[in-house]
Formats: sequence, C-alpha cells, structure tokens
Amino acid sequence: MTLAAGDDSGALTTPRPDGDAVVFASRDDYHATVSDLRANGFEMCADLCAVDFLSHPGRRVPDGIAPERFEVVVNLLSLSLKRRIRVRVQVPESDPSVDTLFDLYPGTEAMEREAYDMHGIVFTDHPDLTRILMPEDWEGHPLRKDYGVGRVPVQFKDAPGPR
Amino acid sequence: MSGDRFVSRVPARPWSSAETSEGSQELIPRSAGSATLEHSVGSVLRLPEGALDSGQIDVERDDETMIINMGPQHPSTHGVLRLMLELEGETVLRTKPVVGYLHTGMEKTAEELTYVQGATNVTRMDYLSPLHNELVFSLATEALVGVEMPKRAVWIRMLMCELNRVSSHLMWMATNGMDLGSTSMMIYGFRERELVLEFFEKTTGLRMNHNYIRPGGVAADLPDGWEDDVEIICDTVIERTYEYDELLTGQPIFRERTEAVGNITAETAVALSATGPILRSTGVPWDLRRSMPYLAYDQVEFDVIVGTYGDNFDRYSIRLNEIRESIRIIRQVLEKMPLGDYRVQDRKVTPPPRRRIDESMEALIHHFKIFTEGFRVPEGEVYVAVESPRGELGCYLVSDGTAKPYRMHIRGPSFVNLQTLPVMLRGGMIADAVAVISSVDPVMGEVDR
Repeated sequence: MTLAAGDDSGALTTPRPDGDAVVFASRDDYHATVSDLRANGFEMCADLCAVDFLSHPGRRVPDGIAPERFEVVVNLLSLSLKRRIRVRVQVPESDPSVDTLFDLYPGTEAMEREAYDMHGIVFTDHPDLTRILMPEDWEGHPLRKDYGVGRVPVQFKDAPGPR
Repeated sequence: MSGDRFVSRVPARPWSSAETSEGSQELIPRSAGSATLEHSVGSVLRLPEGALDSGQIDVERDDETMIINMGPQHPSTHGVLRLMLELEGETVLRTKPVVGYLHTGMEKTAEELTYVQGATNVTRMDYLSPLHNELVFSLATEALVGVEMPKRAVWIRMLMCELNRVSSHLMWMATNGMDLGSTSMMIYGFRERELVLEFFEKTTGLRMNHNYIRPGGVAADLPDGWEDDVEIICDTVIERTYEYDELLTGQPIFRERTEAVGNITAETAVALSATGPILRSTGVPWDLRRSMPYLAYDQVEFDVIVGTYGDNFDRYSIRLNEIRESIRIIRQVLEKMPLGDYRVQDRKVTPPPRRRIDESMEALIHHFKIFTEGFRVPEGEVYVAVESPRGELGCYLVSDGTAKPYRMHIRGPSFVNLQTLPVMLRGGMIADAVAVISSVDPVMGEVDR
C-alpha cells in the first residue's frame, strides 16, 4: 500500500527511525484521514493518547503544520500488513476538540475518555465523554503541563525542600 | 473489515440452554454478524453515575430489569474493578466497567523522573508482569537514544520475560480456578509461580517490581548456576501443566462452565482493539513476538496458540499452552545464551562497575552524573510495543532533549481489553460473569496506572 493519506490536503508523512510512518493531519481532515487508512488495511486502533506541548513549544513539525498546544496521537495497526502508522493532529488550546474515532474504531472509546480525562480534549460525538480514571467531580486535567505535581512537603531538620 | 481472515466463526458447540421453571433464563446465543449492535452495547450504559437512578437510562424499563453493582471490593473482580450490570432475571444485558479506583498518576510521575529512574516507576503498573513493563520502557528509551544492546542483554531479557509470562499465566490459572470454585488449582498455581519468583529473587533481588531491565541492558548478570535453576523450573512446570490438564481441561464441570461462555467474534475483538489471548482466542494469529519480532524472538522457535470459538475455554487453553510455548523458548535460550556484556558499555548510559569508581575519577563522575541527572535523550518520539501476557503493551515516549521524558504514555492491554467485557457478558448468566471477568485477565494496576 502507498500511503494514501499523504494525498490529503494538510496531511503529510515523514519516515521515523523506529520504522513507523507518521501522518500529520489537520483537524478537519483527521477523521477522513483515519477513515482512509482504515480502508487501506489498518484494522485496529492500537493506541490513542494526547500530548500537551505547553512547555516544549519549539518541537519539530514538518513545514506547513502549525504547532499547537495539544496533539492527539493515534497509533493504528494493520494486522494484515504487519505495520503501524501514527496519525498526529494539532489541537489548539482555545478549542481543544477533535472528532471522535468511535464510529470507525469502537475500541477508542476508553482511550478517548482517558485523553479527555487527562488532557481535557473534547471528542465530538463520543457516545459518553466522561471521566474514566479521575473521580466524576474532579476539577482540572492532571496530565496538562500547567497542572501541578502534588508533593508532600518533607522537612529535613529545618530546611523545607521540594521533596 | 478487509480480507477473509476475520470471518466470524459461529460457535459449532451446542449452546447450553438453561431452561428453568421461570422460563426466561436461557442462555441466548448472540446472532452472528450483529457486530454493530454489540459495539453500541458497551457505550449505552455509560452515563454519569448520578444519572443512573433518575430513570434517564435509555432502556425499556420493566420490573424484571435491574441494575446491580459489583465491586470494587468484590473478591472476584481481580482488584478494584467495578461493574454495573443490568440484569433481566439472571441474564446480563448491559455492563459498564468502572475503573479508576487504583489511579495513581504514574504517567504524570514519569514526567518527573529521569530515564534511569523511569523503570522503577513503570514496573509497578502491571504488577504480574513487571519485567514486560520495564522492557517496553527500556526499548522505547533505547530507540530514542539509538544504542544497540549487547547480545547477552537481549537474551537475558528474553529469558526473564518468558519466565515472567509463565509466572503471570500461572497466576491467572490460579485465580481463574478460584473464580470457578477450584481451590486446588489456586494452590497449585501459586505453588508453581513461587518457583519462578524465587528465581527472580535470586537474579534481581526482588520478587516483583524488579527494576531489572533498564535502559542500556539489565541490572545484573544472571547468578551462577542459573542454568540449573531454570532447568528445574522448566521441568517442573511442564510436568505440572499435564496435571492441570487432568485437573481442569478434561473435567466435565470445568468444561461446562467455560465452553460457549463469554463468546466474542474476531471482528468484534479487532474493532474493540483487543489483543493478547482474547484476540487469539477468536482465531486471529496475532502475537507481536511472531508478527513484529523484537528482542531475538525471530531466532527461536515457538508456536502461536490460537483458539476457534473465542470463549472462556479457548482463552484458558491458550494460556495453558502459552506456558508450554514459553518453556520451549526458555529451553532454547538456555542453549543459545551468548557470552558477553549484559549491558551497554557506554558510560553515558550505564553506570561504571563498582570497583572502577575507586580507581578512576572519570568513572566516579559518570556514576554521579547518571544517578543525579540521568542521561540526555535526543528529541523525538517513539512508539514501541511488546507482547505482554495480556496483549500489546505499548509505550509512547516523547522526549524534548532533556534527561526526563516529556510525555510517557503506556498503552495498557488490560485497559483496552476491558472494553470487550460488555460484549462477552451480554446474554450470559450472572453466575458466569465472574468467570468471564477472569478470562479477560485484567490487572487493575495497569488499567488505572
């Protein structure tokens, strides 16, 4: 299979040292790109997660892709071709939402809930976008970079340290 | 779904129809090919917990339907898994797994730890196969750093991981036996697992949470006389698996309780991203050790065990036979174990040996640097997956060029596999629910991370 997704506007592929191809899709093309890949033999969505690039703004992205604060990373797996492909979508801070993949891969149900819970990314049309790991009434999204790490102050003699 | 490989198999076994005097409590076979319906099943019962009693749930309400809560303190939910089950009589209609009771924020913690410390963190996720967690984290780090492992390190890793697979499956055999009422199996399973754990203790110093496989190799070489220990483990466990055959495999009660219970089709399993024994039980020969070899799995001979019906019994026999296949791999590792270094001789990644610290100032500096600052990892991101006893264990690692991961995401096989529960439980009896949960083999430490 040739990487059909590379033909979509805004999507382009870069080879990775680990052998997985990476597709950068724009938010509008995201669902169509993944749908295309699914039709091309990627039967399984192995993994879906989000990354918050708040404190790492200067990361490398291909030309033509405007880096945003969040990125949703989808790892697709083809059982028949025995290969993986990674779809990365830039998600802006002002409107952290992308389309759900639930209609294509029902297995993303829990993964998208986790991404919502941990990063606050809203997956449009997800059947039940609720918190999965944190309590229902929790405030904030723990894996965001501006969410503080909880520390228990430990005092050695009189010196208060961060740990 | 493309290709003919994922044609659904209609169970050829007769459905055990449990006709009772109450009439409605028979085991209803799910009609084949209704995959779309099944997919929505899991999601319908997902409502905010407060909404459940307010009558908003989208179900035809009649007096026979009730929702009961199972867990998180239930002894048979393998930890703190909680299930909300919708029942009609004794038949399970819809299920909602509720997780998160063991959430400790390990992915957040990982961002605060260096790559050297990282293995200590991830090993606590899937506490039944800690070495696989360490392995996937180390492989991801090594892929980013770009170091190549010495041969012996690769083979030691393979040996330990296969032993870990044996111990994990033995633990599963034990708890599964307990869930089905076979307490002898529980005792036997733990007895054999103890053998493996003793070897782990001898090699790594700990029975679990070893921190043995680290970025750059393994923490220590195998102890003297390890061949004899491993030989004894292989011989004993192989012999005992035939005892399990006698105890469980051919036993009518056991078969009655596992056959045609918790069925899942190949299409559904693939669509729900299920991996490991669940996917293989449906007849899909997908094992990362074979399909996408890592370590040196392409240099050893073993069979990928697949089932046909995707029921509890298939998952049982897959795990039992995987113990035998793992032993087969271990025996080949015994023969082929190369000599040499057990970790990379790159002082920027691996600390120097203890005696060098007394002799060399540079060694002392390296030692100090590695354990205080860690080593820097080039910018980039990588996804690495290994076949853990429960399925595809993946690690997505993003580095920003510092000594700590910018983001570490673990794709836990149990977390994803739990989504198959609503499908497998639907239409079955409540009494079988415990057996079905057990056959998924969820480890809550990994589900909640």
